[in-house]
Amino acid sequence: MGRIEEVLTGSKSPVFIGFTVAGDPDKTTCVRIARALIAGGTDILELGVPFSDPVADGPTIQKADERALGAKTTPATVFAIVREIRTESDVPIVLLTYYNIVYRRGIERFYREAHDAGVDGILIADMPVEESDEVCNIASRRDIAPIFLISQTTSDKRIKKIAAKARGYLYLVAVLGVTGVRDEVSGRAIDLLNRVRRHTSLPLAIGFGISTPEQAQIWARAGADGVIVGSAIVEIVERNLKDPDAMERELKEYVTDMKKALIRDHLP
Amino acid sequence: MTKKGRYGKYGGQYVSETLMSALIELESAYTNVSTDPQFASDLTALQAEYAGRETPLTFCPNASGKLGCKIYLKREDLVHGGSHKLNNTLGQALLAKRMGKKRLIAETGAGQHGVATAIVGAALGIPVEVYMGEVDMRRQALNVFRMELMGAKVIPVRCGTRTLKDAINEALRDWVANVRDTYYLIGSVVGPHPYPLMVRNFQSVIGREAREQVIRKERRLPDAVVACVGGGSNAIGIFYPFLSDDVELIGVEAGGKGINTGKHSATLCAGDAGVLHGTLSYLLQDEQGQVLPTHSISAGLDYPGVGPEHAMLKDNRRVTYAAVNDPEVLDAFRFLSRTEGIIPALESAHAVAYVMQNTERFDKDDIVIINLSGRGDKDVAEVAAMKVCA
Ligand SMILES: Cc1ncc(COP(=O)(O)O)c(C=O)c1O
Repeated sequence: MGRIEEVLTGSKSPVFIGFTVAGDPDKTTCVRIARALIAGGTDILELGVPFSDPVADGPTIQKADERALGAKTTPATVFAIVREIRTESDVPIVLLTYYNIVYRRGIERFYREAHDAGVDGILIADMPVEESDEVCNIASRRDIAPIFLISQTTSDKRIKKIAAKARGYLYLVAVLGVTGVRDEVSGRAIDLLNRVRRHTSLPLAIGFGISTPEQAQIWARAGADGVIVGSAIVEIVERNLKDPDAMERELKEYVTDMKKALIRDHLP
Repeated sequence: MTKKGRYGKYGGQYVSETLMSALIELESAYTNVSTDPQFASDLTALQAEYAGRETPLTFCPNASGKLGCKIYLKREDLVHGGSHKLNNTLGQALLAKRMGKKRLIAETGAGQHGVATAIVGAALGIPVEVYMGEVDMRRQALNVFRMELMGAKVIPVRCGTRTLKDAINEALRDWVANVRDTYYLIGSVVGPHPYPLMVRNFQSVIGREAREQVIRKERRLPDAVVACVGGGSNAIGIFYPFLSDDVELIGVEAGGKGINTGKHSATLCAGDAGVLHGTLSYLLQDEQGQVLPTHSISAGLDYPGVGPEHAMLKDNRRVTYAAVNDPEVLDAFRFLSRTEGIIPALESAHAVAYVMQNTERFDKDDIVIINLSGRGDKDVAEVAAMKVCA
C-alpha cells in the first residue's frame, strides 16, 4: 500500500490536503512553509509546479507561480524540495503540474525523478483521461498514483472512465471555474459528490474555493474523504512575505483549526 | 488528420476536466452542421450578402514589374471588417446560435478577430466579450473603439505579457467558469480539437476561391502561395485546397528584431514541440518548458504557439516556413501602399516582405499568390508614430 492509501484508509475523519506552490516565494521559504503545514496536521501535501501559463488557476496562485519562477524554480528545484521534506516526514506528497513541464523534461525522466525524490502522486491539470494512456503507464511503472480531476460537467460515462484509471484519490472540483477562495458552497457540488460516489470506491477529495472551517465541515458532513485547500494557504504566504516567522505561525494555526473542524466527532 | 484531432503527433485536447464536456458538445454540434445543407446555405448567404465574398484575386502589374514575377493578391482585406477573420467568426457564431449559447467570448491580439466577433455578435444578436492584452489595446486603439461601437465589451488583460497569449489564458478561465451557456469563439487554428479543424474548414474558402480564380485567369495553378503565420488561420485557409497540388506553399512568421535576438514570434522556425492552450504543437519555450515572451511589430502575429496542422506540415516538409524581420515588414508595408495603392495589415505585410526578400527564387513567368489577410488601416497610426514610413 502506498503512502496516500495508508493515510486515507487509516483516518476515521476526512483528511486535510494542503497545497502550496513549490518554490514560492523561494526554495528555502517553501520548505519552511511545507514544514509548517505538516506541523499543523496536513495529511497530504500538494505541491504546485510553477508554470508560465496556469490557465486552471485564479489570480492568487498565478501570482505564486510568478514568484516561484522569479526565484528560478525548475522541476529540479521542486524535486529538491520534496527530497528535503522527505528527510523529516512521511507525509504523502502529490505534485500538481501542467503538461508542458512534464512533456518538456520527458515523461519518463519526470516520473523517474519524481519517484526518486519521494513523490506519491501526480495530477496534470490539463491532461484529461482521453490523453493520459502514456502518462498512466509510466506512472504505474514508477509507482506514482495518477490523480484526476472530476468536475460538475463530467458525465457519468467519463466518471467511470476516469475512476478506472485513477489511483490514490479523485480530485472533485467544487466550483465551475479556476482556483481561488469562494464564499459559498454550491449545492451542485454536493450533488457531484453523491454522483461520483455511485461509480467508485476510490476516496473522494474536494477542492477549489474552500477556505473556512465551516466550509470544510459542510464537505465532511456530505461525506467527502478529504478537503483540499490551496488559495487560502497561498494567501497566508502572500500576506506574510516580509515575515517568514509570522507566516509559519499563521499557517500552522490555520491548518490546526481546519483539522479540528474535520474531526468526525466534532461535527455539529 | 490521422487519429481524432491529431495531425501526425500534433493536436489533441489538453484542457482541464471542466472543459471536456464543452469540447465534446462542440465536436458533436460541429459534426452535425458540417453535413447539414441548411447550415451550409445559411453560411454561404452570409458570406455573399454580408461579408462580401468572393473576394477578388487581384493581379498587381506594378509590383510584378518590380519583383520580377507575376504577383496576385488574394484580397481578404476586402472582407467586411477588414480581414479574413470574419470567415471564421461567421461560421462559429452560426454554430453557437444553433447550440443555443447565450454569450460569445473571444481573445484578440491585433483586434481583428475581436472586431470580427463583435460584428457577428451585433449581426446575429449575441452579446460579445473580448479579452485583449493591455499592451495590444494601446497598439490597436482603433480596433478597441470599433469593437465597443458595435456593442462588444473589451476586457483588458493585465497578467503575464499582456498580449495575445494572456488574452487566451483569460478567455479560457472565463470559459471554465461559464461553460454552460458561453461559447468560446477562438480566432485561429489553435486550441484543443475541434478548433483547429473547424477554423481551418471555415477559412478554406480563401483557398478554394483562389484556386478557381487563378485557373480561370491563368489556365494553370500558381507556382507559389505565400501567407503570414501567426496562429496560422489565414495561411492554412489558403494552403489547404492546394495541399495535393504541385504548388510551393510558404508560411511567413514574424522574425521581429531577428531570430538570434530572441525577440521574435517565429514559432515554427525557432521553437520546438510543446503543449499550450490545449494543443501539442510547436512552441517558443525555455529549457524547462516555460513559455517565452514574444515580440512582433504586428500584434496579430505576437503569439508563442501555432496551429498543430502547421507543425505537421513543417515536419513533413509540405510547407516551407520562413521568417522576416520588422524593418523588412515596414518596407513591404510602404512598398505595397506606394506601388499598388493597397495598404496591407502589418501581419499580411510579412508575406509581401518574404517575396521582396526572395525575388531570386521566382522567374518572370512564375505566378505567386500572396494572401493579403487584412488591410492596414488599423496600423496606420502606430506606423506613423514610428516615423519610419515617411
Ligand atoms: C490581418 C491579419 N492577418 C493575420 C493574422 C494572424 O492570424 P492567423 O495566423 O491565424 O491568420 C491576424 C491576427 O490578428 C490578422 O489580423
